[in-house]
Amino acid sequence: MTTRVGVVTFPGSLDDRDAARAVRRAGAEPVPLWHGDRGLRGVDAVILPGGFSYGDYLRCGAIARFAPVMAGLVPAARAGLPVLGICNGFQILCEAHLLPGALTHNTGLRFIDREVAVRIEHDGTPWTSGYRLDQEITVVLKSGQGAYLADDVTLARLEAEGQVVARYAGGSPNGAAHDIAAVANPAGNVVGIMPHPEHAIDPLTGPGSDGLGFFTSVLSAPAAQ
Amino acid sequence: MNTRAAGPGAAADATESRGPLGHRGVPGGSPPQASTDTVAVAAGTPDRAQPYRELGLTEEEYLRIRGLLGRRPTDPELALYSVMWSEHCSYKSSRVHLRQFADKAPVKGDSEGGTGRRVGGGTLLAGIGHNAGVVDIGQGYAVTFKVESHNHPSYVEPFQGAATGVGGIVRDILAMGARPVAVLDSLRFGPADAPDTARVLPGVVGGISFYGNCLGLPNVGGELAFDPCYAGNPLVNALCVGVMRHEDLRVAAARGAGNKVVLFGARTGPDGIGGASVLASSPFGGGEAAKRPSVQVGDPFMEKLLVECCLELGAAGLLAGLQDLGAAGVSCATAELAAAGGSGMAVDLDLVPLRDSSLAPAEILMSESQERMMAIVEPRHVARFAEICARWDVPATVIGAVTGTGRLEMTWRGEVVVDIAPQTAASQGPVYDRPAVRPAGQDALAADGPARLPRPGPGELAGTLLALLSWPDLADKTWVTEQYDRHVLGNTVLAAPEDAGVIRVDERTGLGVALATDGNGRYSRLDPYAGAQLALAEAYRNVAATGARPAAVTNCLNFGSPEDPGVMWQFAETVRGLADGCAFLGTPVTGGNVSFYNQTGEVPIHPTPVVGVLGVLPDVRRRLSLGFRRPGARLVLLGRTGEDFGGSAWAWAVHGHLGGRPPVVDLAAERALAAVLATAAGDGLLAAAHDLSDGGLAVALAECCLGGRPGPAGAQVSLPGDPFTMLFSESPARVVAEVAPGAEAALAALCQRHEVPVTGLGTVGGDRLEVAGCFSVALDELAVARAGVLPALFG
Repeated sequence: MTTRVGVVTFPGSLDDRDAARAVRRAGAEPVPLWHGDRGLRGVDAVILPGGFSYGDYLRCGAIARFAPVMAGLVPAARAGLPVLGICNGFQILCEAHLLPGALTHNTGLRFIDREVAVRIEHDGTPWTSGYRLDQEITVVLKSGQGAYLADDVTLARLEAEGQVVARYAGGSPNGAAHDIAAVANPAGNVVGIMPHPEHAIDPLTGPGSDGLGFFTSVLSAPAAQ
Repeated sequence: MNTRAAGPGAAADATESRGPLGHRGVPGGSPPQASTDTVAVAAGTPDRAQPYRELGLTEEEYLRIRGLLGRRPTDPELALYSVMWSEHCSYKSSRVHLRQFADKAPVKGDSEGGTGRRVGGGTLLAGIGHNAGVVDIGQGYAVTFKVESHNHPSYVEPFQGAATGVGGIVRDILAMGARPVAVLDSLRFGPADAPDTARVLPGVVGGISFYGNCLGLPNVGGELAFDPCYAGNPLVNALCVGVMRHEDLRVAAARGAGNKVVLFGARTGPDGIGGASVLASSPFGGGEAAKRPSVQVGDPFMEKLLVECCLELGAAGLLAGLQDLGAAGVSCATAELAAAGGSGMAVDLDLVPLRDSSLAPAEILMSESQERMMAIVEPRHVARFAEICARWDVPATVIGAVTGTGRLEMTWRGEVVVDIAPQTAASQGPVYDRPAVRPAGQDALAADGPARLPRPGPGELAGTLLALLSWPDLADKTWVTEQYDRHVLGNTVLAAPEDAGVIRVDERTGLGVALATDGNGRYSRLDPYAGAQLALAEAYRNVAATGARPAAVTNCLNFGSPEDPGVMWQFAETVRGLADGCAFLGTPVTGGNVSFYNQTGEVPIHPTPVVGVLGVLPDVRRRLSLGFRRPGARLVLLGRTGEDFGGSAWAWAVHGHLGGRPPVVDLAAERALAAVLATAAGDGLLAAAHDLSDGGLAVALAECCLGGRPGPAGAQVSLPGDPFTMLFSESPARVVAEVAPGAEAALAALCQRHEVPVTGLGTVGGDRLEVAGCFSVALDELAVARAGVLPALFG
């Protein structure tokens, strides 16, 4: 049976079509989920896409966290549903406390759109199982508040428990602590990534197809079977 | 009953018992304020002094309004006419010239089924006079595109001025029924190292970044240039392109008596009302006026909701008419919709949702609050319309209805405050054929050619190249373009620094469009007729260099004061040149914008027509990009090189010289070159192509090397003829290209068929740019010369 991957649209979501396209290219079925609906329509995995949910007013992801769809998503994620938050989706997952830490303004205080290399350091998540450990992939960083931050205790725990999923290979372009580009929850089913794998699925429209692995990986995830 | 329909919770009104969209009928609770100037009051007080001069109207124009009405206008009517008859909205000084765009428009064959006019790239579905022109690109798709200025606001408040410039042009595209898919921006500032440029440029770039990124539109190209003439008058021109299916084309007209007039989007506030200078001495705002900002404030989040909401309303078949609210706000939307529909319209201004309840009717009419749209909706669709707006959290309010009276009538607190024939405001404004005189200094300028300038010897050519690459106009623009999201929507095939932005329209077939904007104020200063054609030729060539077939043109004409006969001559020559050029190339002008009064004191900016060209690519997978690819590949120069140094980057950047004649225009050569490129791209004969413009072949070669794929790629070049001329002349109708393996003979035959000269230049390879007998420069050195310039200036 085709894996069904939900893509949530919040008011102000921008990369929702792109996430859906990546899901389709990977051979899964994208299922649109609406911020105002509590149900998850029985999907096998969920992506929170990039954008500026609710205009990112107040603080990135701070309002989206309270959307009705999150009431269904948070317990499902805690129960093991594969969830991927990209860019704004990462910010929402942090605000929802599904992931530790927070994302803040880039050093330089400017938006950056740049192709970046990241190193996969955790191949045990449902979103990265298709990559080799330490594989370097090129994806698209495009964010104004993309610097991952956490207190020292949390950072030490993330490192010790192997929850760092990806690191900027050439050093942090935005001031992210420990060059962190992506992290997972302890169970590994919830992953937040700042650069966009869904914009690296086709050399025609991005730096290559390195990002497709996130979407093909989830096809074989146990929880998604 | 509440006399004010609007206020907090207007969105929720849509579902309350008062009926869909919060229409509560005519409020009659409280009497008109003593200060409200009604039609009845106006009829009884014909001699009351009115602040028409402060609103920018001449005495003659004011008397004309009185004549049209048969009485003095009310304050709200005066406000409405003042904005509708402003230069910005009425094109009163440019209209007599702009007619040439329609009169000279190219026609190929007969129109098909009466739907439109055949043009170079396809059928024009809507031309000049609409919010934006619409071009058929085949497979049932149409695209609409337009460039517009936001120069003055961007100088006063760079961040919001530029941000709302993006917002405004996006709504123009939306109003045609299209989904906006990309933006480009054409920017000009004072000297790069001037203190004020450090204020204006980062603000403008930040505003475009903020608004466009949050709205989710990829920014795929544009221009950035510096010149002292723009020091007090930066140019911020934004272009938006949208895509639709043919059947989605919307009309901006109010038809069908009884249909509802719906205002939706943001609430109306006191921002952007005429400007502080206008309001300071007018009676409308009293003492508060001075505090009110003349620059609008943008909310890209609301615009994003408005985009999705409008597209869903259109798909549901609920839009009988659609218009954006831009300059002149409610005045413009109501007058234009009613005039275009040949109908009447009745509007209750009490129902306009306000952010500031103290706004007077005249202020409501003049407000340029952002993120608002107006729709004409059949009564049976109003409930469904309200549902969709509520789903997107977009406030929507019925403020009136279409009538059969032929009048635009507005009430406020139960009294009639506007009662006019809408055409008088929308299309019957004053038209001026202003005096145009060739400036006295023009001949002396032309006579002072670049021949007297000392030219570099063979040993100095590398230094000249490095100097040009570190000149801000030609330096690496990553500092700017990296602040723009170019990836969102997932259809960006090419973006800056490529010659043109390329957007995929259909994922299955690969159909796509290419867009470029160009303009060179120096060329236009030397000869505005030729300058306009050179701007057109460069944008046309930029689009062609991707392999696209150029199809249509938009333009933004930036000039000084039309009241200066010298400026008016520049303008007339520009329009004549552009119209003639478009007619020759078969690319019609589908719309555009004029920005006058770009001058500080007596000194106008260079005449600066910014020309946008749209091209069609049958399959974007066949597009050409500029970077060299394959070591060993042959390099060729297509086109003829002459002695074209007047207005060149070399003359200006190295010698500070501007004089002589601009490069010689050869539109036949441009057309032939474009034909070669389109065929060569489609047949896979080329691996890369790059247009030659500012800085000539030398700068183009450096850009192709540094932009190499997958990484920088060197080149060994040998030049026929005088190396300085070959390297730095700016003769148009040229590209440098990398030939695909084994395609040399086919390319030569193709070029011969189109009579395009081909010159072998050498080969790709190594990590240096070598020009035999002249220089050999490491690519790293070229990169360093370009890379640090803007970061050093702007942080």
